[in-house]
Amino acid sequence: MFKTIILSAFGAGLAVGIALSVVQAVTTEPLILHAETFENAEPAPAAAAAPHEHSTTEAHAHEAAAPEAAPAHQHDEDAWSPADGFERSAYTLLANLLMGVGVSAVLLGLMSIRGGKIDARTGVLWGVAGFFAASLLPSLGLSPELPGTAAAEVTSRQVWWLSTVAASAIGLALIVFSGSWLLKAAGLVIGVLPHVIGAPVPPTLEASYPAGLGGEFVAASLVVSALLWALSGLFSGWLYQRLSRTA
Amino acid sequence: MSNLSKAATRSTSISGVEAQAGSRIVPALFAVAFGLFLFIGTGFAAPSLIHNATHDTRHSLGLPCH
Repeated sequence: MFKTIILSAFGAGLAVGIALSVVQAVTTEPLILHAETFENAEPAPAAAAAPHEHSTTEAHAHEAAAPEAAPAHQHDEDAWSPADGFERSAYTLLANLLMGVGVSAVLLGLMSIRGGKIDARTGVLWGVAGFFAASLLPSLGLSPELPGTAAAEVTSRQVWWLSTVAASAIGLALIVFSGSWLLKAAGLVIGVLPHVIGAPVPPTLEASYPAGLGGEFVAASLVVSALLWALSGLFSGWLYQRLSRTA
Repeated sequence: MSNLSKAATRSTSISGVEAQAGSRIVPALFAVAFGLFLFIGTGFAAPSLIHNATHDTRHSLGLPCH
């Protein structure tokens, strides 16, 4: 069974990774590149408003201005990064493939633990639930960010994000699968709790790019995430059913 | 639950039922762990090298970046 899950996850991940890269190329990617033109052109004084800087000369200019916002600078300017163009797109495709395989393996594993039928239809339902738990609900606290967005320290945001995914998944599972109203209510409380605690607050709401660009990106990013989860569920459920029939 | 009830009809002992459930849940847990490893490795790993290679995917999927 493990072999069937892994084979299905890799097959689905391949299809999802390619589909996602095509969609990103015409939705989120042009917005990211557009935002980077503002970020790279930004003069030093404004860097305090956006604690995120790519250019080598100004890389550490903001640290004195906003020490709490970015105590650990995440951009090591000496570190390797893919060259713009083909190389950058190739690594994005690879990352999308890994995301597709990962999400498919998680969905198939959880569906197997739950038991019951696994096919394209149940797969897509689990995928949509996964999008709710691992993307839509966390985005209420930390909305998708273009490069050049001011934000709290990255580790605190990652911890809040992953905790919110866990709480949302547990809450959703209790609401959907539990037979008792008390447990359903507990699920609702667990799901709401991370938003009552609150996500790490950005030091400023100013950004280097026009506001409209940020709005477009939030919508585009959520559509891309929804596709990642729904297509992973669809393809992996379909493949799993076919492979376990022939096995 | 259908798998469990099928196992119960096949096996007369309680340990047989447990073995059937275990053979389903243990590999499934490994699959979830493997998937989480890929998801967190791609979307959250801190080293600059991994961050730079996965930068656009992280932003596109709205994951905390930088």
